[in-house]
Amino acid sequence: MTAIGIEAIDIGKHFGSFHALSGVSMKVAPGSVHGLLGENGAGKSTLVKCLLGYYKADTGSFLVDDREATIERPADADALGLGMVYQHFTLVPSMTVAENLVMSRRDVPAAIDWRAEKAALGEFMRGMPFKVPLDAEVGTLAAGERQKTEIVKQLYLQRRFLVLDEPTSVLTPQEATEMLGLVRDLAHSGQLTIVIITHKLKEVAAFVDEVTVLRRGRFAGAGLVKDLGAADLTAMMIGEPHAPANPERLGEPAAEIRLAVRDLRTAADGGRKGLSIAALDVKAGEIVGIAGVSGNGQKDLVEVLGGQRPIEAGEVLVDGTQYDASRAQSQARHVRVLPEEPLRNGCVPPMTVVDNLNLRAFDTANSRLWLDRSAMAARAASMIAAYGIRAPSPIVPIGVLSGGNVQRCVLAREFDGDVRLLVLANPCFGLDVKAVAETRARIMAARNQGTAVLLISEDLDEILELSDRVAVMHDGEIVHQMPAAGADPQEIGRHMLGHH
Amino acid sequence: MSADATYPLRRSLEAVFAPLLALLGALVLFSVFLVGLGQSPEDFFELVWDGAFGSWFSMQNTLQRAAPLLLTALCVAIPGQLGLVIIGGEAAVVLGGLAATVCALPFVNTSPILVLAVMAVTGTAAGALWIGISGWLRAKRGVNETIASLVLAYIGLALFNHLVEGVLRDPASLNKPSTCGIGDANMLDTVPWLEIHPGLPVGLLACIGCWIFIYRTTTGFASRVTGGNIRAARLQGLPVSKLILLACAIGGGCAGLAGAIEVAAEYGRANASLNAGYGYTGILIAFLARFNPLTVIPMAVLLGGLGAAGGLLQRRMGLPDATVQVLQGMIFIAILASDTLYGRFQWFQPRAAA
Repeated sequence: MTAIGIEAIDIGKHFGSFHALSGVSMKVAPGSVHGLLGENGAGKSTLVKCLLGYYKADTGSFLVDDREATIERPADADALGLGMVYQHFTLVPSMTVAENLVMSRRDVPAAIDWRAEKAALGEFMRGMPFKVPLDAEVGTLAAGERQKTEIVKQLYLQRRFLVLDEPTSVLTPQEATEMLGLVRDLAHSGQLTIVIITHKLKEVAAFVDEVTVLRRGRFAGAGLVKDLGAADLTAMMIGEPHAPANPERLGEPAAEIRLAVRDLRTAADGGRKGLSIAALDVKAGEIVGIAGVSGNGQKDLVEVLGGQRPIEAGEVLVDGTQYDASRAQSQARHVRVLPEEPLRNGCVPPMTVVDNLNLRAFDTANSRLWLDRSAMAARAASMIAAYGIRAPSPIVPIGVLSGGNVQRCVLAREFDGDVRLLVLANPCFGLDVKAVAETRARIMAARNQGTAVLLISEDLDEILELSDRVAVMHDGEIVHQMPAAGADPQEIGRHMLGHH
Repeated sequence: MSADATYPLRRSLEAVFAPLLALLGALVLFSVFLVGLGQSPEDFFELVWDGAFGSWFSMQNTLQRAAPLLLTALCVAIPGQLGLVIIGGEAAVVLGGLAATVCALPFVNTSPILVLAVMAVTGTAAGALWIGISGWLRAKRGVNETIASLVLAYIGLALFNHLVEGVLRDPASLNKPSTCGIGDANMLDTVPWLEIHPGLPVGLLACIGCWIFIYRTTTGFASRVTGGNIRAARLQGLPVSKLILLACAIGGGCAGLAGAIEVAAEYGRANASLNAGYGYTGILIAFLARFNPLTVIPMAVLLGGLGAAGGLLQRRMGLPDATVQVLQGMIFIAILASDTLYGRFQWFQPRAAA
């Protein structure tokens, strides 16, 4: 098995009037690790989807090992030995690794001779640089193991060119380092060519040989990583020489405890354990970051604080008294929640942008009975301007906006006015670099003015950068708390995995 | 910022265009059906026009049928704004009529005003209570409101028949079991000069009132939020259960009032005539109107007109009564299917700001 090289020449692709890609070229040397960089919406996934036959490019061509290749459907890419590992896993959790591998083959026989298959798989696994337990159910594997299984599956399918889409987004720092190291060794041994789609510059510097950078659907630069610094890469990605500076942290958290969670329990849900949090405090003027591998109860905690999930036992206190997330209480205590998947959890898709921006404030006018529609329109207009929300009209249904603009709308709404407790779940998800910087500055400004902030994020760097204190969640429990200053990512990673 | 100034207008046009296209589609489909029966679609539609809107007499007939439909459609439309599909309006109508009649009986010898006031209040309350049960089951027990309201409709109709044919029966009503009458002196007269059904102005006011409630009050706004995304409503701390109960009570109250008015204006007593399918046609109208209380008005007139033309069709073309129901069914399917038309035509869509 030898690695193959790929060249994309002058690829263009549009959806309606939107040009997702125009004139993009990329050359990936065989046996290398190639980074495909760019912000959200830069066209990275469109490019690889064209390469893998999920989309058909409007213009341009692909060369595979220097020969022109026609890739019109996924089966064509398959036949050429091109494969992809998605951000979200595609294994069946209730089946074993062996079953998942055999099932993924194109030519699965009607009756499977498991003895022969197991023997063949054992033989195949001996040639692999990393081992996965063949008889384990996929559902019982940790995220890092699953990711490895996905890669093994691609090798099992004789793929010689692999695209990894944000492969470390669900891994702890240790898992990420291990996985990327293994992948790099595979490539450098000449078995496989790897393209990694990412926006994490640290990983690029450590594991990637060469990069191609896209910006707004266009080619923005390429080169060897050893010749390029982080500043060059940032400049190519966002079109400006410097990433915006980190917001400044002013003053110390107050002594006053604003949010206190005590002995909180929720019911188990869909095979997952419920929450079981002994104690979690957030002080005024403090950002507490919740780190954890996605799916360890962070979502449940946000739902409890937002009133979307009932409590089985224990209590949530705001300013020292019971908090039930009712409208009266959330308004009186100035509690705001920014949920994950804001369109599904925090917006009303068929209602207009104006209506959605007023979900917090529609009943705060002098008259409790009548809607003050002119005040609503004015409030929405100022939010649209302040947050740079791009909408064709303020009265389009919010469901037609792009993910980043929906996120801006929810940010604008939840940050509006006097906020004393702010619960944020992945606040920067889907935003571009500038908007991320703006949002982080807003979070920090709120903290500096005395707001208590509970920040739940899948991005450990974000948590370390913004938080005063870090709490690690594992299996519905807070397993460790530490000051963020000087916190060791490796140690946090161990707790995220449940090794204490 | 926003470059698309005509978008609001185009969006309103889309809301008119899609159902009209659907209506046209249904008429074409129905014409094929008629040709298959060996009848002329042209004659048919001409007769429908004559029978429904062609003369003042047929117009009165149409409006008389439309009057209760306005109210029973609200019974579906208001809960519909909260994302609930309530289909048990028929029971609210008959129980509203029954409660109004029974409660009015002790007062028949006082003043007509008092009798009518008692009827309005008790009829509304009975309907609100009956549909409120479905709302309560939904809000507090997570029972599917469609199934609950359907089953409760059967129970309500059985209860009605049991009472009217049993303890509440006027012994003098031989062929058609009925309750005692409220007396001619207490009956509602037609609207002066126009001589149209007295339920019509009540229904129109109810539609306008419900529209104002839904689109101009904070409670209505909260209801629409709940209907659009219940998770977002919970996140905002909105009292979802109370809003569901309120909407069901308002809707049921409208249907119950329809029953009370039918008794007061038409029959003078509660009997099986109340069970005329108004509740079911109301479902159709509410869906045609996409739960908008103002759009209910033209849709109720349209469906009332089709009903009014039924007799004429029977006499002139020899078509069975059910023909009109076939047309209703086709319109219903076409309008539901037309929901997929929204967003299909680029011209109506917002244009990206340059």
